Amino acid sequence: MDAKLKNNLATITFWVGAGLVMLILGTLLGYIFYHGLKSIDWQFITAPPETVRAGGGIGPQIFNSFYILFLTMMISIPIGLLAGIYLAEYAGRSQLAEGVRIAIETLTSLPSIVVGLFGLLVFVNATGWGYSIMSGALALTVFNLPFLVRVSEESIRGVSRELVEGSLALGATHWETIWRIIVPCAFPSLITGIIITSGRVFGEAAALLYTAGMSSPPLDFSNWNIFSPTSPLNPFRPAETLAVHIWKVNSEGLIPDLRRVADGSAAILVLVVLSFNFGARWLGRLIQKRLTAV
Amino acid sequence: MKKRLFYDKAGHGVTMLCAAFVIILTISIIYYIGSKGLSTFFSNEVSLWEFLFSDQWRPDRSPGEGGPQVGSLAFIIGSISVTLLSVAISAPLGVIVAVFIVEIAPGWGQRLLQPAVELLAGIPSVVYGYIGLSLLVPVIRSLFGGGGFSMMAGFLVLSIMILPTIISVSTDTLRAQPVEWKHASYALGATRWQTIRMAIIPAARSGLITAVVLGMARAFGEALAVQMVIGNTREIPTSILSPIMTLTSAITMDMGATVQGSIWNSALWSMGLLLLLMSLFFIMIVRCVVRRGAV
Repeated sequence: MDAKLKNNLATITFWVGAGLVMLILGTLLGYIFYHGLKSIDWQFITAPPETVRAGGGIGPQIFNSFYILFLTMMISIPIGLLAGIYLAEYAGRSQLAEGVRIAIETLTSLPSIVVGLFGLLVFVNATGWGYSIMSGALALTVFNLPFLVRVSEESIRGVSRELVEGSLALGATHWETIWRIIVPCAFPSLITGIIITSGRVFGEAAALLYTAGMSSPPLDFSNWNIFSPTSPLNPFRPAETLAVHIWKVNSEGLIPDLRRVADGSAAILVLVVLSFNFGARWLGRLIQKRLTAV
Repeated sequence: MKKRLFYDKAGHGVTMLCAAFVIILTISIIYYIGSKGLSTFFSNEVSLWEFLFSDQWRPDRSPGEGGPQVGSLAFIIGSISVTLLSVAISAPLGVIVAVFIVEIAPGWGQRLLQPAVELLAGIPSVVYGYIGLSLLVPVIRSLFGGGGFSMMAGFLVLSIMILPTIISVSTDTLRAQPVEWKHASYALGATRWQTIRMAIIPAARSGLITAVVLGMARAFGEALAVQMVIGNTREIPTSILSPIMTLTSAITMDMGATVQGSIWNSALWSMGLLLLLMSLFFIMIVRCVVRRGAV
């Protein structure tokens, strides 16, 4: 076989490979939305789930997912941002920096079920909180933190050095420069990174099975007292998220309209995650434009 | 003036503290999972040999009947085999697509494929599990017979899940290669395929190995998607159509149902420890490969 023919065959193989990936993606999204969008209506999005009868919704699960995401981000953004600033601005090639990098690599490749087990030991059992939103949010913080540190470090390294040197030359301290110049300049890419990691957190389930739990108490959405066990805002109640709900319904569900609930939940989960992804890019570009086109 | 300098010092201190926190967190995860996972061998006095190399899993049997036995070999084999099979599909396909994106695709191909890979990465793992369960399992059942819930369903789902990892790491590596080598190869009269095979791929080898190892790590640790499609029987698989159980799926299914401190529960923690050690092992491989590649 001559080289030309081989080259052509190889080219065809590469095209087929790429086409296959597009086909897989198309099938997946088409399948989810074709089946899912049929079963979504207002009642489904807002009603509480049923345990044995048909016609239940996923209202509390959607709320729980967003609430856990919110708490997780409140805890992990400050730590992740500050650790990222340290790596980009102070650490250099110190031993501590090397240690942090190894730790981040370790945390990133840790199976999420192991993070869940750690959460069960420390946040659920040792603190005595039991299965709770707070335990879940802390477990997700562990899961999320390495990505946030990386995002912050990269965003901060992306800020142009001339700007930083200019600020230092004017007599600002290093910290003032970081806080007034570097962080604001890194803001667009920080926001993009944070929203994309939010998408990951929103879809995560394995780390939540044994921390936030697999059930929700009956919730009274007019009860805003965060210490009441029926208040949706109480961070020390168990909470099943949307992703966990999909898993639970499929593995031990007893409801007759299981297929409808699973289809609808999967479609909503994917929709939210995708809109996080697209929203992040859009918002990043928008802020960038606002900041630079003045 | 003093205040400004104080803030400068404090800022340095606080950021250092947060960075140190990441290290402390990692160490405490290893410590807690480690001490709990080792209790099988110290408190329950199971031999390490039995745990790793026996396929007798009867944790609920009374001592009178010869139990309880916690040999996890079947789960270990299950985890290793789905991981290897999924990588066997994903590694070549992933590298092909990465080369396509970097070397072959016209502009629109890149603009289409890059976001497609990101979308694949963004789909949550329970959704992969659910699609596997409702689409793939029935297809396998009607094509090959059997129950459909099988090792095959497991590694097919996993191979799609780890594809984005392999593609994106490979793409980054290929992009980072010096373009002169490629030009030199073309100047010698090589075809594009010859250039890819003899110059581009060998040069990027360490990065490509890293991509595959990271994919393996992800496949080995994935829990829910696998648990949903593999059927979960506690036996050593005999064919790719047999239902199996993996370390992660055993933990997922039984952890909530067992009593703290019982031998069954302890054995599950040991499996968690095993997962942790495997992921540390994968990181070590990556670090070694990268270091050697840099020389």
